[in-house]
Amino acid sequence: MTEKQHIIACLVENKPGVMLRISGLFARRGFNIESIAVGTTENDDISRMTIIVRGDDKVLEQVEKQLLKQFDVFKVTDLDKETSVVRELCLVKVNAKTEQKKMLLMNYAEIFRAKVVDVNTSTLTLEITGDVQKVDAFVDLLRPHGIREIARTGTVAMARGQKPGEIQGPG
Amino acid sequence: MPEKMPGASALIRALEAEKVEHIFGIPGGAIIDVYDKLYDSDIRHVLVRHEQVAAHAADGYARASGKVGICFATSGPGATNLTTGIANAFYDSIPVIAVTGQVPTSLIGNDSFQEADTVGIFMPITKYNFQVRTGAEIPEIVKKSFAIATSNRKGPVHIDLPKDTQKEEIDFVYPKSLKLPGIKPIPKGHPRQIKKAARELVNAERPVIISGGGVIAAEATTELVKLAEGLMIPVGVTLMGKGSFPESHPLCLGMFGMHGRKVANDILADADVVLSIGMRFSDRVTGKISTFCPEARLIHIDIDAAEIGKNVAPIIPIVGDARQILSRLNAEVGKLKTKKNTTYAEKVKEFIRECQSCLEMDYDEKPIKPQLVMRELNRVIDPDTIVVTEVGQCQMWGAHFLNIDRPRKWISSGGLGTMGFGFPASIGAKTACPDSTVIDVAGDGSFQMVLQDLATCIIEDLPIVVCVMDNRTLGMVYQWQDLFYDKRSSATLLDHAGVGKGSAIPEVPDFVKVAEAYGGRGIKIDSPGDVGPAIDEAVANEVVTVIDFKIDKSENILPMVPAGGNIKNMLLSERCRFEPYTARS
Repeated sequence: MTEKQHIIACLVENKPGVMLRISGLFARRGFNIESIAVGTTENDDISRMTIIVRGDDKVLEQVEKQLLKQFDVFKVTDLDKETSVVRELCLVKVNAKTEQKKMLLMNYAEIFRAKVVDVNTSTLTLEITGDVQKVDAFVDLLRPHGIREIARTGTVAMARGQKPGEIQGPG
Repeated sequence: MPEKMPGASALIRALEAEKVEHIFGIPGGAIIDVYDKLYDSDIRHVLVRHEQVAAHAADGYARASGKVGICFATSGPGATNLTTGIANAFYDSIPVIAVTGQVPTSLIGNDSFQEADTVGIFMPITKYNFQVRTGAEIPEIVKKSFAIATSNRKGPVHIDLPKDTQKEEIDFVYPKSLKLPGIKPIPKGHPRQIKKAARELVNAERPVIISGGGVIAAEATTELVKLAEGLMIPVGVTLMGKGSFPESHPLCLGMFGMHGRKVANDILADADVVLSIGMRFSDRVTGKISTFCPEARLIHIDIDAAEIGKNVAPIIPIVGDARQILSRLNAEVGKLKTKKNTTYAEKVKEFIRECQSCLEMDYDEKPIKPQLVMRELNRVIDPDTIVVTEVGQCQMWGAHFLNIDRPRKWISSGGLGTMGFGFPASIGAKTACPDSTVIDVAGDGSFQMVLQDLATCIIEDLPIVVCVMDNRTLGMVYQWQDLFYDKRSSATLLDHAGVGKGSAIPEVPDFVKVAEAYGGRGIKIDSPGDVGPAIDEAVANEVVTVIDFKIDKSENILPMVPAGGNIKNMLLSERCRFEPYTARS
């Protein structure tokens, strides 16, 4: 079986300790997490975890079943990349001591639809949103200019269109 | 009208509302308030001598009674001492609730006296765990704990109770029902899959049923017997499934697996259709997975979807409650034109009788053969007798030789394989079923891990029979060294110092004196003629009795499938050399 990257959206109870429980489960079962992102949803009692995991179909099946068994987990969905919006946000601080350098980086930013969020005499901080490949490409482009710092959120994703009942909380 | 009371009282009231009758535990500073309120309750507290015993006793109590077992301990070391027992219950899917005291919320995280990260420690070994943050949460958390422990695949739950929440005055109302979206409804088992399974079983030439612990948890024995008898299908059990199908039934193959019966493994390896119910294809059952049942079309029924396809991929997976599914399967089988597979069944029954002959040989030798003790135990086991085991050779002798005919009458540590489980679990079983004879099949290694609780048996009036299969070795490891490590018995000789190169120091301990020191009876047996009478005497005694059987340490538990081997290739004993069984026509 071939290994593939999967995007799993998981609705969990919004309370302390859930992140520890879920990440502990992944560690214990030897599942390979690439990223994990958590945030609240339209319902205050529910958080949404987006987990990027690599494995073959058998591993994925175990991941889904083991997650669904958890008392804090309400719903698990394996999102299809083709029919989902997949995004990550990244902040990059780059060396930019000269005006000329700053102009160049701002041009790059425009091409990638990134935003300048901070500037000072020696650095420029850029914010980019996109899928992992786009963010990687942007970071690679900036690398020769001297990256001071990077912060990435990890991927979040959502199925396109309106699919009633697809992702729902309890009750 | 809500009643005002401190959190500690609320806990006890909530347990009373759940009809808890027994608690196993030891108090300490961080749970002293709870014990203060327990003083006024009708719940019987069994004071043990080590928290590990409290957890195992709660586990044994749950297995014997089918109810939830409860144990209490204080914070820090009290809680960490519970962990082996709770992990044991987790791997065998036993409903236990552990309540531990904790330092006051204001001190949590300060490395306070007797503080431990109990929430973190218990998380991977429980089905779920809670830390109470305010006293007002207590009733709801207790209610949730019972619901989680007993729903779907059962398991232990832990409640951590900081000292201030025990003192806090709250308005007590015990919730009647709770909306718990985290407890997923049990799937009903797909009707088409059940129909397909019925057709497979009816058309099979060499069908076999594997019955696991899930059949006991679902109380599905009656339905299973009906299915097996209706289609004349041989049934074997896993270690956890012993008792789920009567082992003295002519269609019962006995136990499968590493130390299973040869007839069970051979007939299973040869099967064309295998129906497995409430079991998880542990490596101790399957041996090398790639050579396991090469021709079998597998039907797997389990309440836990995650067990299906985890180790072995079935052609027909059915997720749901074993009793409900078996009863529907019986109905579907009834609708089909069935030809009873008598030739196959008769052949298998004959093999079963032949293989069982190993149990009835006379074993009249000195030093005593463990098989003789098992034969004599089979003689005294009645339908209400509960057999509990330690872990290792003694456990496998019991599992291989003893015929258990009813659910909840065989209690053994399966998944975790915990030495020191049997004696405490016997305390739990005897507490739950005071009118049953409770026999702990022990090894001298395992028993010495927990024998201080002989005191509990005396004080709490629990007349248990402890049969110590005393070979002065850590027998199972000794056996592996004998078979696979050039007989280098490193550190497995209990009567030798160091790694075991010097000379033996006899009679440490003298188990008779140990039993007597606690106020129990001790009997030392070293000749075969005395084995039966000693067991009879111990069963009749009204006080805990330790029988020290001086057995032959060179006697290995055989047959055996070496770890990672093919179940068809068992190492056999000299005495019981059966030809491979095949029921192919």
